[in-house]
Amino acid sequence: MNRDSDKVTSRADARRPLGAKTPNNKFAGASTHSLRGLDIIRSYFANHRLVAKQTIQNLIRSFGTSTMTWMVIGVALGLPAMLFILLDNAEGLGGDWQGKPGISVYLQVDVSESEGRLLAQRLAAEPEFIDARYISAAQALEEFKEHSGFDEVLNSLPGNPLPAVIDIEPDDVSTIELKMSVQRLQELSAVESVSIDLEWIERLIALVTLGERFVLALAIFLGLGVLLSIGNTIRLAIENRRAEIEIIKLVGGTDRFVRRPFLYLGFWYGIGGALFAWLMVQGSLLFLSAPIEDLIYSYRGEFAVKGMGLLGSAMLFLTGAGLGVVGAGLAVGRHLHEIEPS
Amino acid sequence: MIRFDHVSKRYPGGKEALTNVNFELDQSEMVFLTGHSGAGKSTLMKLIIMMERPSQGQVFVQGLNLNRLGRRHIPDIRRNVGVVFQNHQLLFDRTVFDNVALPLTISGYQPREIGRRVRAALSKVGLADKEKHYPVTLSGGEQQRVGIARAVVNKPPLLLADEPTGNLDPGLSQEIMNLFQQFNQVGVAVMIASHDLALVEAMGHRQIILSDGRLEA
Repeated sequence: MNRDSDKVTSRADARRPLGAKTPNNKFAGASTHSLRGLDIIRSYFANHRLVAKQTIQNLIRSFGTSTMTWMVIGVALGLPAMLFILLDNAEGLGGDWQGKPGISVYLQVDVSESEGRLLAQRLAAEPEFIDARYISAAQALEEFKEHSGFDEVLNSLPGNPLPAVIDIEPDDVSTIELKMSVQRLQELSAVESVSIDLEWIERLIALVTLGERFVLALAIFLGLGVLLSIGNTIRLAIENRRAEIEIIKLVGGTDRFVRRPFLYLGFWYGIGGALFAWLMVQGSLLFLSAPIEDLIYSYRGEFAVKGMGLLGSAMLFLTGAGLGVVGAGLAVGRHLHEIEPS
Repeated sequence: MIRFDHVSKRYPGGKEALTNVNFELDQSEMVFLTGHSGAGKSTLMKLIIMMERPSQGQVFVQGLNLNRLGRRHIPDIRRNVGVVFQNHQLLFDRTVFDNVALPLTISGYQPREIGRRVRAALSKVGLADKEKHYPVTLSGGEQQRVGIARAVVNKPPLLLADEPTGNLDPGLSQEIMNLFQQFNQVGVAVMIASHDLALVEAMGHRQIILSDGRLEA
């Protein structure tokens, strides 16, 4: 370094009033070595990038300990995520029927097939029903045999125990309208009984709502757990780096500068935790989806288990990162002020 | 550069470290702060970089009344005052380069500019070839010089040193003092706390003498 130029800059710097923010004050621009506007922004982001990189590198270097923390957070995030997905699937299951609860009209045994078909046609013509399909007793028996696997038992019976049915697809699915239709149908002389597959849907919806509330409460509890466990981990990290914090403060590091690495630490704990949660949920779904689909198939047919999807995954990672940063922020806010050089 | 106006400092517990201290340090002046240990030298320096606040009186640094500055402004003050500590205060998990670069990183300088300034500061203190070393591998005198490089890398107008030669042999002490003198010659105001009276006398600058927290005339 050339002594003359040194002298010039020292003098220039000496004119700079104290107390004003050093890098971005106007006087700083007078010196050739000082920072300019664009540089400040650039170096601000460069510092963020650097700190983000350094913190994740440190975490990977102590992989064992980091993984433990990641897994704790992963379990706490993964459990509610898993339950939300199962609920979502249950809702989908109800949703398939929800739009068109069918009405099954069981006919008297003495009603002939032609009479039954005529009735079905008449009902189909009515404005409150979209469609009405006649299923003869023989057809019903065939279908039942096919689905239940009881064909031998059924074959051994002397006659056909099943009545003929008219399956009606109603136009208006509101509960009151349906109940009125049911009442009217029941009064017809050819009709033995009427049933609608509505009640169990109502029950399913009530159950799903209850489940949603339950999972939400659970998610809040576990989220709080994530917050606290990240906070505690950060508190330990702060304690470990006490000397470093003191020195940084001594040479003029702002609170924000001191805080930054710890916030990134929280961020990476959250992201890592979310990654573990994601792996656990996807693994479990892979494990569960085949038996679930088989189970559903045995009841009524096609069903594909919905996974987390892009949106769900994004939510999971956002939640993890958010909880991480907030948890770290809480810990840093509480403990950083206590550390002052002495 | 520095002005103490009837400054007293009493620590919790009743011990009065400084009593009614008045003095001024001019721009580009070099001054020694002497006195027996416990006389209040460290406290006086802590007041300048706001590690402590006065119980009475006012401290001015570059015309700013420190009493009026909130906690938020402490970093701004410290960035403009280079401080050399007796125990060096180095980060032992970082290289010499990273230690010296710390004040620049904090101020948000570009990596290229940081590299240039750090190397200039290191070559000034004679450690140009040690930038990749870790502080533990250095001798006491070398560690002290890393501390000095870090204090001046920012080109602060004011340099404080608290017993910078405390643990060094006479030859090294003289070298360190010469280094401070060089910075003073390029316009930096320097204040050095030392109880090495022989060395202080030999340097021949103004002395501020503290005795039991009071200034001796």
